[in-house]
Amino acid sequence: MVEIKNLTKIYPNGVKALEDVSLTIKEGEFVAIIGLSGAGKSTLLRMINKMIEPTSGDVLINGQSIVAARGKKLRRMRRDIGMIFQSFNLVKRSKVLTNVLAGRIAYHNPFITTLGLFPERDKQIAFEALHRVNILEKAYNRADELSGGQMQRVAIARSLAQEPKILLADEPVASLDPITTIQVMNDLRRINRDLKLTTLVNLHHVDLALKYAHRVIGLQAGHLVFDGPTSEVDDEVLRQIYGRELLDEEVLGEVDEEVLGDADDIEI
Amino acid sequence: MNIPQKPLEIKKYFSIGLFLTILFASGWFTDFSLTEVFRGIGETREILSKMFLHTDLGYVKNLLGPLAETIQMSLIGTAIGAVTAVPVAVFSARNFIKHKLFTGFWRNFLGVFRTIPALVFAAIFASVFGLNSFSGMLALSVFTFGLLAKLIYEAMEGIDHGAVEALEASGASQLSILRYAFIPQILPQYLSFILYAFEINIRSASILGYVGAGGIGVFYQRNLSFFRYERIGTIVILTFVVVLITDAVSAKIREKLV
Repeated sequence: MVEIKNLTKIYPNGVKALEDVSLTIKEGEFVAIIGLSGAGKSTLLRMINKMIEPTSGDVLINGQSIVAARGKKLRRMRRDIGMIFQSFNLVKRSKVLTNVLAGRIAYHNPFITTLGLFPERDKQIAFEALHRVNILEKAYNRADELSGGQMQRVAIARSLAQEPKILLADEPVASLDPITTIQVMNDLRRINRDLKLTTLVNLHHVDLALKYAHRVIGLQAGHLVFDGPTSEVDDEVLRQIYGRELLDEEVLGEVDEEVLGDADDIEI
Repeated sequence: MNIPQKPLEIKKYFSIGLFLTILFASGWFTDFSLTEVFRGIGETREILSKMFLHTDLGYVKNLLGPLAETIQMSLIGTAIGAVTAVPVAVFSARNFIKHKLFTGFWRNFLGVFRTIPALVFAAIFASVFGLNSFSGMLALSVFTFGLLAKLIYEAMEGIDHGAVEALEASGASQLSILRYAFIPQILPQYLSFILYAFEINIRSASILGYVGAGGIGVFYQRNLSFFRYERIGTIVILTFVVVLITDAVSAKIREKLV
């Protein structure tokens, strides 16, 4: 469970990115955070694993404050929170397997992993994570040989290798084309279902949020303006969040999912 | 059609003016004179003809030992410098260590090493450790250390920060972030820098002997003081061949690396 209490972030340049936001995310929920760019989506998400330090307020992960955590305690808490990024953030020169094993580092003494040694069990976990996102056969390829969609799946596998309890996804499909977008979103939904993994996703495309999430959180200029089940999101709510009608680019549109069966094998 | 007016390129003209001013001022202060240059031509031609038209090729056999010593000095010097540069580079990289005072201290520390020429280090070490190749090797180590540390921390600061962010978010420690985000990204550059430093060291190693720090340079000094230009020519040609070979080999390897 993630409890967000009166969370506020004011950046050093005076920008109020988030103001007094309180939320509770239950275990196993699939939550989409939507809003215009600059509304505070990324700031909110990154304060959950303290990649951004809040100005005030608190974030409790299963009752423990991550805001107060430092050093080893903070690293332990982060270990239980996977994160994926818009730009994948892989080490492109390293092998896929090495990238995924990086998710295991926080479990071990740094002096041992520095030698590049991982227990056999970790490799097993890494292979299973790659299998879960259907990209096991690329384990020994270099990351820079993959397409964008494949790289994002490797990044998901890396966060799964952490065996996390929560998954944060910051605009995970923003640099992908429509077909790979659907594939990655399907992966995220499947993982959420199969592993009961609490999932928070920042999304630019409103229709994706409505299609995949159980619950939608709407931010507008740093304020929480909507929080409710996906079924309650209507045009009025969207007008509130966006302050205007949706632009074409904020809707992904129809993607023929029939092609997806084959698309897994296609190099894009 | 309103064609926008071409903006005045004041900055460009100013830069050119400044450059020319500095150029002429430098000539003035160094007493540069074309007539002096022409007066020197005759003597220079004589020396050059001794060096390259009447080269004492038989002298090569006396040079092979010192030449090998020069290459050894460069190899060991480069190796020691390459290893010692790493920790200080890590201390200086601002995207790895966030304390500006700390990184600033190490950066200035490195600046000192890059200010002092290898030849000066060699002269200092020669007076401490004696007139031998050990002093030369130390001088090259110190020079390589200063050069590589700067190149490495700049390479570290140029890496893609995404991988660092991802590891940090997964709860990895600083040491692990260094190992799994920084090292894989800078390793090819690091190896390429080492080869580059070796190229430079081969060149400087051949002159270090001039202040007594071993290698082929000792023979420069010896022959120059007896005006044996036909032997100087031999040394120059031999050194040139070695430099050409190292440069070619190292360029080939570096091509493969990056």
